[in-house]
Amino acid sequence: MSDITAGSTPVPTARRDAPIHTSGPIAWLRVNLFSGWVSTAVTLLLAYLIVTRLISFVDWAFINAIWAVPGGNQTQACRDMKGIGACWAVITEKHRFILFGTYPYDEQWRPLIVCLLFIGLYVVSAMRRFWRAELGLIWIVTLAVIGLLMWGGVFGMPYVPQERWGGLPITLILSTFGLAFAFPLSILVALGRRSKMPAIKMICVVYVELVRGVPLISLLFMASVMFPLFLPEGMNIDKLLRAQVAIILFAGAYLAEVVRAGLQALPKGQYEAADALGLSYWQKTLLIVLPQALRMVIPPLVNTFIGFFKDTSLVLIIGIFDLLTAGKTAIVEPAWQGFGVEVYIFIALIYFCFCFAMSRYSQSLEAQLNTRRR
Amino acid sequence: MSATAEAPVASLARTDAPPAIVLDKVNKWFGSLHVLRDVSMTVANGERVVVCGPSGSGKSTLIRCINRLEQHQEGRIIVEGTELTDDLRSLDAIRREVGMVFQSFNLFPHLTILENCTLAPIWVRKTPKAEAEALAMSYLERVKIPEQVKKYPGQLSGGQQQRVAIARALCMQPKIMLFDEPTSALDPEMIKEVLDTMVGLADSGMTMVCVTHEMGFARQVADRVVFMDRGEIVESGTPAEMFETPKTDRLRLFLSQILRGH
Repeated sequence: MSDITAGSTPVPTARRDAPIHTSGPIAWLRVNLFSGWVSTAVTLLLAYLIVTRLISFVDWAFINAIWAVPGGNQTQACRDMKGIGACWAVITEKHRFILFGTYPYDEQWRPLIVCLLFIGLYVVSAMRRFWRAELGLIWIVTLAVIGLLMWGGVFGMPYVPQERWGGLPITLILSTFGLAFAFPLSILVALGRRSKMPAIKMICVVYVELVRGVPLISLLFMASVMFPLFLPEGMNIDKLLRAQVAIILFAGAYLAEVVRAGLQALPKGQYEAADALGLSYWQKTLLIVLPQALRMVIPPLVNTFIGFFKDTSLVLIIGIFDLLTAGKTAIVEPAWQGFGVEVYIFIALIYFCFCFAMSRYSQSLEAQLNTRRR
Repeated sequence: MSATAEAPVASLARTDAPPAIVLDKVNKWFGSLHVLRDVSMTVANGERVVVCGPSGSGKSTLIRCINRLEQHQEGRIIVEGTELTDDLRSLDAIRREVGMVFQSFNLFPHLTILENCTLAPIWVRKTPKAEAEALAMSYLERVKIPEQVKKYPGQLSGGQQQRVAIARALCMQPKIMLFDEPTSALDPEMIKEVLDTMVGLADSGMTMVCVTHEMGFARQVADRVVFMDRGEIVESGTPAEMFETPKTDRLRLFLSQILRGH
């Protein structure tokens, strides 16, 4: 009843269908892609470019690609097809080196299980139904098994020194341990920065500002070159551990600022309500403040996580054999020189799978936690 | 706990017992702003005090000093025989005995209604979970929310949230309840349900200090009305004295402004 006139009897307005061509795919196309002659021209030009590029990429990557070469390194067939077809033979031939580096060839089932254990650990940790105290135990046991598998020396597995580890396990070790230690560290530092005690606050501010003020590369250099100079003669902490500590410290400083943003976004009333109920500082922090503050910063937290997962590849400059270094080394051999594109695409795909999974998980986590709030 | 609209609640103040709250020449500044000026006041056990006054008069600051959400700088505040000092142990003891209800409810949005109510009894009073839940359910029934306990605060209306906040404070079984403008953030149709809950609480003999502009509520339950302006107590007395024969111009002006609004 849209017509209100004094004295007239209200007549219910009949239900009508929405006007045609304001919704549906054709209307969408018209509004967004063909709204005028300029946009029509741009649409057609871009469509032409995208389709032709796509066709030539499919030709290169699949139709003209070479998947294997005779003898393992007779790459003449690949060289003939250079620029016309991809030489995936380099992956077929070198994938074990790229994934596991210089780990003894016959023992490479061990790092393979390690990678699967890591992925299993991520999946289990991601499921809300495992968010219990037992999860900590699962982590400790899994990480211990991972150490056992990598080093060996027991149960008939030959000992493999850390210098020979390489590839994907190194990337996963650096980023998993890095974030597993950096995250709790960052929470403590963020709380410390808001502490009323001046000494604690000062230490946290200095730590964050100092670490944030230098590039990760220089921290890694310091860890690998300068740090041993300060150690007593004959004492040597292994290089991987030193790089690991540098990554933890660096990630901790960045994550601390993300967590602090969440702490500041929490309304003052929440702190006051917790105080008024008589909760102690740690009860208030663990039960009221952190659950809400961390929830608010899931997107920037995951952003930082993804960043650091990829930044572990910087250990390349201090000679640690991570996934990217292994890939680079795989194409040093003269027979395979010149097939970098294929190797880098392969490595990029691996990185993408992990990062994309993190991103999707954070989105679903956010959605789950928010539906419960409102 | 039914609250009949007009019948005044009989006074339950026990003047023979030691006072619940004593404020002795309390002073507080925010920077250079003198927000509490020589405020002295005694609240007896079981007494219901309504604090009113124009905005910025320091009434919220006053009751926030009683559980030390704000710190006073001069004077003494004694709650249930314990003086408020920097000593954290005495502060914890006082906060266990003093419940507070806020203008903006301040429920914990990540916890269910039931969890909101059982959190402090479990962690602060160390009550076993089952016992804390039974207690919470009994208070949630008193505030008429027993069927919503599995929901989250965001799913409730403002009036329901405020009643949960009252139940949450009661679950700590406090001796004193502080109300900081409990109905100011509510839509008009929800004010009554919260006031009814508070009248019911007054009926049970709880010591209450309530900052509010609800003069009907003050008339019905208050033993004493305290009028504050510019950080000092200007006048205090029974609701009848205060509303019918105000002695100061400031109170007369305030009452005329308040009543015009109703």
